[in-house]
Amino acid sequence: MSVVVENVVKRFGSFTALDGVSVTVPTGSLCALLGPSGSGKTTLLRILAGLEHPDSGSVSTHGNDLTKTNARDRDMGFVFQHYALFRHMTVFDNVGFPLKIRGWSKAKINDRVQELLHLVRLDGLERRLPANLSGGQRQRVALARALAAEPKVLLLDEPFGALDAKVRQELRTWLRRFHKEIAVTTILVTHDQEEAFEVADEVVVMRQGRIEQSGSPQQIFDHPASAFVMDFLGHVNVFHGRLDHGSPRLHGATHGSTAAAERPVSVAGEGTTPLYVRPHELDIERHSSDGSLAARILHINPAGPLVRVQLIDERTAKPIMVELSRERFAELVLLPEETVFVQPRQVRYFTADYSI
Amino acid sequence: MAVASRRVLPGFSLSLGITLAYLSLLVLLPLSAAFIKAAGLSGQQIVDTVWSDRARAAYWLTFGASFIAALANAAIGFLLAWVLVRYPFPGRKFLDSLIDLPFALPTAVAGLVYSSLYAKNGWLGQFLEPIGIQGAFSRLGIVLVLIFTGLPFVVRTLQPVLENLDAEFEEAAGSLGASRWQTFRYVLLPCLTPPLLTGFALAFARALGEYGSVIFIAGNMPYRTEIAPVLIVGRLEEFAYAEATALAVVLLLFSFVLLGVINLLQRWSQSYGN
Repeated sequence: MSVVVENVVKRFGSFTALDGVSVTVPTGSLCALLGPSGSGKTTLLRILAGLEHPDSGSVSTHGNDLTKTNARDRDMGFVFQHYALFRHMTVFDNVGFPLKIRGWSKAKINDRVQELLHLVRLDGLERRLPANLSGGQRQRVALARALAAEPKVLLLDEPFGALDAKVRQELRTWLRRFHKEIAVTTILVTHDQEEAFEVADEVVVMRQGRIEQSGSPQQIFDHPASAFVMDFLGHVNVFHGRLDHGSPRLHGATHGSTAAAERPVSVAGEGTTPLYVRPHELDIERHSSDGSLAARILHINPAGPLVRVQLIDERTAKPIMVELSRERFAELVLLPEETVFVQPRQVRYFTADYSI
Repeated sequence: MAVASRRVLPGFSLSLGITLAYLSLLVLLPLSAAFIKAAGLSGQQIVDTVWSDRARAAYWLTFGASFIAALANAAIGFLLAWVLVRYPFPGRKFLDSLIDLPFALPTAVAGLVYSSLYAKNGWLGQFLEPIGIQGAFSRLGIVLVLIFTGLPFVVRTLQPVLENLDAEFEEAAGSLGASRWQTFRYVLLPCLTPPLLTGFALAFARALGEYGSVIFIAGNMPYRTEIAPVLIVGRLEEFAYAEATALAVVLLLFSFVLLGVINLLQRWSQSYGN
């Protein structure tokens, strides 16, 4: 069931949580609403679930307008950040709750609950109370409960937020496979870009109640639409630079840059602008060349598929992070405290001004 | 002790000793004295005293009125607690502090005020009397003052539990398809039953022992509006101490049995509620 949100506005007093948001989530996909806290992502999810009502705009699934429909009639499963499991009910009763209130027979409830518990790998725990489960298990009980009545849409609020790092990683992978199995349109909220990119087919980046960019993880990673998205995705070096007849140039670089720039032509601007370069888009050279910056090596972390080199810009004393392939690193034979030259291969800049 | 103690208060034996001594002095000693004093009577005397028609009518009234008052308090207290916790409105703090008034007010004053209100020429009585409702000097009056004195118990036991009940649970139930009634019945009520029963038990126990307010509004007519404590005081005034304590012992035994039953109910609801 495709989910369509059109022009939704939501205010809490003088605070505008959502400012004209429109999103379309295709049937069967897994979409992540990504943004910092206060970006309105949870409010949007709650509006989808019917737990909050928009001041204007509409929500529909597969062409049926749901804006005025109660949460209970929406056919959506909602998993709360802290799970909201009923403490006085066993795992079985929690998962069976939506079925019991729909008047299912005991036998049918039993079958369905067993099936769901098997689906979320919790067989044999039906008599436990939520208090006697681990965080990851509670999460899966909440998921099974939300899925019990076969909702058309599954909504997850920070599904891994309350779990420790290792469990989170396991559950991400699990959720990905699980989504394949159940093929229910799923929308999740997260503030963790890694999580969004790892799990979702479709990522919607939100900022201050607006949608900053939406698209596949690859589109967003390769072509961030704004400086905000670039920053939010993290792992990026920000240089001071300027536009010289539409081509970017790093401050302090020896000569004009030879780096390829993202959308170099569309901007006919002049003047200073922040320039964004990802660590793997930087190379280290022994000798100064056109467009390179002098930098001192602080630390080298050779653990991992890429060698991460921390440097300090000689002129501005700002840190620079470079990721080199092992081959390149072996070729260069770098040592801490050496002065080398950093050469960007690709530079990004954004015209709609945004500063941190 | 060689082992490091992880308890906050030091000295298990000391604190238990104080606890036991205190309880013995305050509760057990007077209780056993009552039993011993009552045992001074012969079997026939005891039966004559504690099982006379008048005494039985008084027990019946005491327990009946207390039970009804506690029930009413459970229902109204629930509503009050709900309103005080769930709805923000101007004057909520003030209303909240009013709840404790029955604790602070000497109950005799309450009885006096109630009886003057509901008397034939009182503010309320002048309207109620013509339509056949006798508020003062009647069983209804007794129930009314008992409701007043027991008011805080249910409210104060429910309030903290309601405050800790996250709105998320109701939202979860709603999004899982539960109607408002189903949410209340299956999600809220199981969490609220234990404190509700506690509040009920406290209000009930308080009503059983209530004397000051009742004597003013009841009229204390034998067989009609005479509660057991009044009967005891009557005996005391006749210097029939043994008879008075015999009545008190019967009252105590009844109370014990009832509180025991309520405790069992509470335990049952808690095991079901956790």
